[in-house]
Amino acid sequence: MSTSVEPRGWAKAALHVNGWFVYMFFYAPIVLLVIYSFSNSRNVGTWGGFTLDWYRDFFDSSNARGALSNSVKIAIFSTIISVALGTMAALSLERFTFRGKKVFDALLYLPIIIPDVTMAVMMLLFFGEFFDVLDALFGLGLRKGFWSISISHIAFNISFVSVVVRARLAGMDTDLEEAAIDLYASRWKAFRYVTFPQIVPGIAGGALLAMTLSLDDVVITQFVAGPGWTTLPVYVFGLIRKGVTPLINAVSVTMLVVSMLLVVLSIVAQRVRRSG
Amino acid sequence: MTSAVELSGITKRFGDVVAVDNVDLSIADGEFFAMLGPSGCGKTTTLRLIAGLEFPTEGSLSIFGQEVGTLTPDKRPVNTVFQNYALFPHLTVLENVGFGLKMQGTDKETIRSRSMEMIELVQLDGLAERKPSQMSGGQQQRVALARALVNQPKVLLLDEPLGALDLKLRQEMQLELKKLQRDVGISFVFVTHDQEEALTMSDRIAVMDDGKLLQVATPEEIYERPANRFVADFIGQTNLLEGTVSDAETVILENGISVRAKNGFTAGTHVAVSLRPERAHIQSQGEFEEGWSHINGSVETVTYLGNALIYGIKLDWMELEVREENHPGVELHRPGAEITVSWDPEAISVVSD
Repeated sequence: MSTSVEPRGWAKAALHVNGWFVYMFFYAPIVLLVIYSFSNSRNVGTWGGFTLDWYRDFFDSSNARGALSNSVKIAIFSTIISVALGTMAALSLERFTFRGKKVFDALLYLPIIIPDVTMAVMMLLFFGEFFDVLDALFGLGLRKGFWSISISHIAFNISFVSVVVRARLAGMDTDLEEAAIDLYASRWKAFRYVTFPQIVPGIAGGALLAMTLSLDDVVITQFVAGPGWTTLPVYVFGLIRKGVTPLINAVSVTMLVVSMLLVVLSIVAQRVRRSG
Repeated sequence: MTSAVELSGITKRFGDVVAVDNVDLSIADGEFFAMLGPSGCGKTTTLRLIAGLEFPTEGSLSIFGQEVGTLTPDKRPVNTVFQNYALFPHLTVLENVGFGLKMQGTDKETIRSRSMEMIELVQLDGLAERKPSQMSGGQQQRVALARALVNQPKVLLLDEPLGALDLKLRQEMQLELKKLQRDVGISFVFVTHDQEEALTMSDRIAVMDDGKLLQVATPEEIYERPANRFVADFIGQTNLLEGTVSDAETVILENGISVRAKNGFTAGTHVAVSLRPERAHIQSQGEFEEGWSHINGSVETVTYLGNALIYGIKLDWMELEVREENHPGVELHRPGAEITVSWDPEAISVVSD
């Protein structure tokens, strides 16, 4: 078409170069990471022939396996809770009016805005006091670990989930819910059969984001994790202090694969829903 | 006989805003009833009050004699066709239509057979497995109708049902809706801002403005005997000639001319004579029908419509619009021509604020 705004000539070439440059910027480190995780050499930057030793080391190390299983447990638990709470927060803000709504709205996004370190220190102080109080009151003997990390992750993930779910809700016609109620649905059934199916992609997206953030988090987790309790990213961080070996590459590649599987799964899940 | 829908003293406030102001209204069973008014006049709120999507602040609302003012929609024998249809995008046509029955706990077989029946009634056979997004506007409209009617409501409420359709489809659907209403035999209450749609489709029309009910009457009555200035102006085209009542037979216009105009107002009331463009005639100056009221003026503009001519007429103190049917041999008046406008004194109405 003569009116096309597609770039031509040197502009097109420059755009191509730019595109490849961005791809390289994104993926070259990942490719290097993957390659060197199979390198039979103690030095990260040197190729010493192919080996699976680092992966064997990783899966043989009870510390690493423990950290991995902690990470997964916390990720799953904190995701479930933050998806439930975040979705409810999103629904309340999009569908209802109540006293203090604006304040709630603003406060909800605080965890996204404030720096990780601030959040981490806050959480550290909170659990120091809170667990002591609970201990004094009920003699629970709570130690920092699974619960303190999970609660911290839930605390910031609620914000992210509600942002994603709200975006989806905002794009949905409130007429649909009224139509459901007009067609004899109770409020719950209207949610179950109309609202929920509409926002499932948002909820799935929010869940995925929450899980990724939980699996990724180092700063906050490091502050609130008790002695003897660690997640995989914190473990990796610890390893670096002792010197970088390709073991770290192997751990990182494992995390990368898991994350990518999650993303692919969620995309597949949404495809199935749509065509089903 | 009890009315299908009865509103008495219904008021709805949203904070300080009075959306519906002390409305009394009675809709008969089997009636095609239009609620007409400009946007924000309270017609949609009134419909939502009947549906149960809003509750009245004051007054009582009954459906077939049963007080329903504070009942939720599921407890009322009415269903709604929403403005943009509000079809569930994730469900097929069949599932959309069967939704109401499913929510009422009807068994699967009955849901299926009744839904299919209804889909046939609205002529969507073969499209039962489609999603709403795969259908045209007109088809979506039919799905919305089927989805409401399958529940066998005693009254069907329609909010601007044809608003989203293009002109040709709208005219087709007007006839079809009318036919559908006769077939199912229940009252249809529909909200519209389109006065032509209201006139063509309804048995009776309620005209609303600013939350108040101005007139409830048949289309003919509304057109011929508007209750006030707003109704005269809103329904169809009209010329409003301001004046003052002299006696029950006479109104003195602004420029001092007195014209014959039967009215029920006391002398001295400020009124307007409503003269419809098609009720006035123009002839060369000095010519007019025996016994007709007449005023001299000049042609300012002529708009040729094919089947008719619209004249813009300049009088000494105001402008008039006159519509002449384009009969064979009709006399054409050019802009600038000196003419006389005349009308049958029986063909006008007198309205006040």
